[in-house]
Amino acid sequence: MSIGWYLSVSAIVFSLGAFGVITRRNPLVILLCLELMLNGGNLALIAFARMWGNGDGQIMALIVMTVAACEVCIGLGLIVAIHRRRLPVDVDELRELQG
Amino acid sequence: MSSVLFFIAAIGAIAGAIGVISLRNPFYCVLALVVHLISLALLFLLLRSEFVAAVQVVVYAGAVMVLYVFVVAYVGGDGESIGQRLRGAGAGPSAAGLRTGGAILAVAVGVELMIALLGTGLAGIGGHGAGYAPGPHAYGTPAYIGKLLLTRFLLAFEVASFLLLIGAVGAVVLARRRGGLDDPDEGRLTPLDLLRPRETGTTAESIGRHGG
Repeated sequence: MSIGWYLSVSAIVFSLGAFGVITRRNPLVILLCLELMLNGGNLALIAFARMWGNGDGQIMALIVMTVAACEVCIGLGLIVAIHRRRLPVDVDELRELQG
Repeated sequence: MSSVLFFIAAIGAIAGAIGVISLRNPFYCVLALVVHLISLALLFLLLRSEFVAAVQVVVYAGAVMVLYVFVVAYVGGDGESIGQRLRGAGAGPSAAGLRTGGAILAVAVGVELMIALLGTGLAGIGGHGAGYAPGPHAYGTPAYIGKLLLTRFLLAFEVASFLLLIGAVGAVVLARRRGGLDDPDEGRLTPLDLLRPRETGTTAESIGRHGG
């Protein structure tokens, strides 16, 4: 398959993730949709790395995975802290930061 | 053969993504994301990025998803959140408007990305990629990635390790039990408390909270 097909899949995955981030209310699902967007970016990076035959894109994809792992770590910690304080786990209800 | 595999993996990836954004129960969303990640690892393999595909399966579909499953189990995988229940039927128009707006924006982003990615005029877009010669140090193998990470990208490698450390410390700080929370578990007696004489030095007593 030519590289263009992979890039199309990455664009579709990225826009689906953006749709999820906008429409879902549960912060857990919003984090999952953020993962979708990051993965769309990763697929494009790796497709371009294959196109040039150069490993730099793969390194960037690995760094993106690291950043995603940190983001999940902090995001899930925040959700657990919100749940501990008996606040609703819903982004529409959490408009005020002082809780 | 490779095109058949590509279509299987691409359909799996897109179906997984649709599952994540459309299923109501967060637990099923996590499972759909696992399907998506494994399909994506297959796509990475087709792009000859063996090491990244392995990392994707082990780290993402393994470790990160286990974390998600635990948090979903802890927070409670209710399909409907409290806010939706409070708003009840009144949530109809605003939710529908949000969904329409989100769909319009997502389609616009998708079309723009397609134009930006496929309309670049790069000759390589229509090709099958650069030449590839199999071997122990070929493109995408662990040896190749390791050599790049420890030579050209050493700074990025070190910064990423610091980022992981900061993330771990941040998660511990965020999820730790704070004093002053009216938590019913806080005042629970354990057998050790009965054996221990009073005022023999716990942190709670040192800040003036006796008993325990």
